Amino acid sequence: MTPVMANLLNIVGILVFVVFGAAMLTWVERRILGIWQDRHGPNRVGPFGTLQIVADMIKLLVKEDWVPDFSDKFIFIIAPTIAMFVVVAAFAVIPMAPGIGIVDLNVGLLFFLAMTSLGVYAVMFGAYASDNKYALIGGIRAAAQMVSYEVFMGLSLMGVVMLAGSFDLRQVVLSQQDGWYIFPQCIGAFIFLMAGIAESHRTPFDLPEAEHELTAGFHTEYSGMKFAMFFIGEYVSVLLTSAMITILFLGGWLGPAFAPPLFWFLLKTLILVFFMILIRGSIPRPRYDQLMSFGWKCMLPLSLVNLVVTAALVLR
Amino acid sequence: MKKKTGFIYQIYIWFDYIYSNLVTLWGVFSHTFTKADTVEYPDQQPHLHPRFRGRIVLTKDPSGEERCVACNLCASACPTDCISLQKTEDESGRWYADYFRINFSRCVYCGLCEEACPTYAIQLTPDFEMAEYVRQNMVYEKEHLLIDGPGKHPDYSFYAHSGKAVSGRQKGEGVNEAQPVDVRSLMP
Repeated sequence: MTPVMANLLNIVGILVFVVFGAAMLTWVERRILGIWQDRHGPNRVGPFGTLQIVADMIKLLVKEDWVPDFSDKFIFIIAPTIAMFVVVAAFAVIPMAPGIGIVDLNVGLLFFLAMTSLGVYAVMFGAYASDNKYALIGGIRAAAQMVSYEVFMGLSLMGVVMLAGSFDLRQVVLSQQDGWYIFPQCIGAFIFLMAGIAESHRTPFDLPEAEHELTAGFHTEYSGMKFAMFFIGEYVSVLLTSAMITILFLGGWLGPAFAPPLFWFLLKTLILVFFMILIRGSIPRPRYDQLMSFGWKCMLPLSLVNLVVTAALVLR
Repeated sequence: MKKKTGFIYQIYIWFDYIYSNLVTLWGVFSHTFTKADTVEYPDQQPHLHPRFRGRIVLTKDPSGEERCVACNLCASACPTDCISLQKTEDESGRWYADYFRINFSRCVYCGLCEEACPTYAIQLTPDFEMAEYVRQNMVYEKEHLLIDGPGKHPDYSFYAHSGKAVSGRQKGEGVNEAQPVDVRSLMP
């Protein structure tokens, strides 16, 4: 196989896997939440309800895809595109296994941070273009939350970068052959998990789209496939966060040799996805000022302490 | 109470937050191993208790005659006025309903008609599968309501106790009945 063919196969395979996986996650999440809430969840379409996503897709495609007359039409349409694009683009630097992964940038981690930072534009544009009170409040919340949680999202990863000595995610994984970074960097992992949940704005950090207060927050005015793109973007973001934690803290594809590397990567990612669903199913949403004070007064000092201590130990 | 402050207390508070959240996470996770409460209805029938209040029926007494004497008490007890009936009499002197109509699209299954009924004729049964495609089909006539059995009170027969003369049995001939008193002969 020529290198071009291998690259094409990688690109198409990962794109299909990510989008299909995120779509399946909508079903997985509902089934898992159902189990944890003593009910079944969607189990009627296809075997165990696995074809639920097909039914949802048909519904969303057939629905009227309404662009409000009062909206800023170009920005309204571009916003869900950004939401989907940035998270899928961030998957380009995720090394799934030896030979599987689109590109090994030497600034892969920075590329990931840059792409997740761009995600705030989708929310802001969507909220602004909707010309809707709920959307505006959701957008303001999203902007404040994502900007403040990005600060220590980056800081929490610097410990890993110092230990690995590289921004290249493949190098980060390979440097974990002696031990996973979750043990020396447990505080960093915890902070990154929290920040990742906040970045993908899921419960308990889903204040931008808090259903009870803001109907649907920044995507109140969206319908049809535009809504679906916001929705799938959120699930891709969950996958992305889980994959990043796997790579940075849980040793990526490293594992016992009896199973292929990709299996270990997917298994670790899936367990983290389940953990994020468990967090969603159990922890209630904080008040907005609590969220901000938790970010700035607890997480930021904690990540700074983690950074300083790691630096001191590395330079010793 | 004096408000507690200070560094140690703050640390305690943060650990308390973390601990309580971990307890919550475990509490939810432990439900992985519990059985779902859901009854998957069309595949699996729900258990309905004998006194479940569902579809209304008109019962017959042990001799196979209609119990309903068309006294109209059910209709007047009905809070939604969904029962409508007309009394008539056969040649033997028994009263019965000329027509008996229940509009189930108005019925709230409160069971007041069953409580009001002096002859145990009208009864509610544990059956709720009454959906119809045509709304008019929700109106049940007497032939839809009547069942062959006696329902919840299998031995009860109103005319055996009533003291009312019907053909074949005069006043005072029923079970536990005394002979009628001639009021004009009752001297002080």
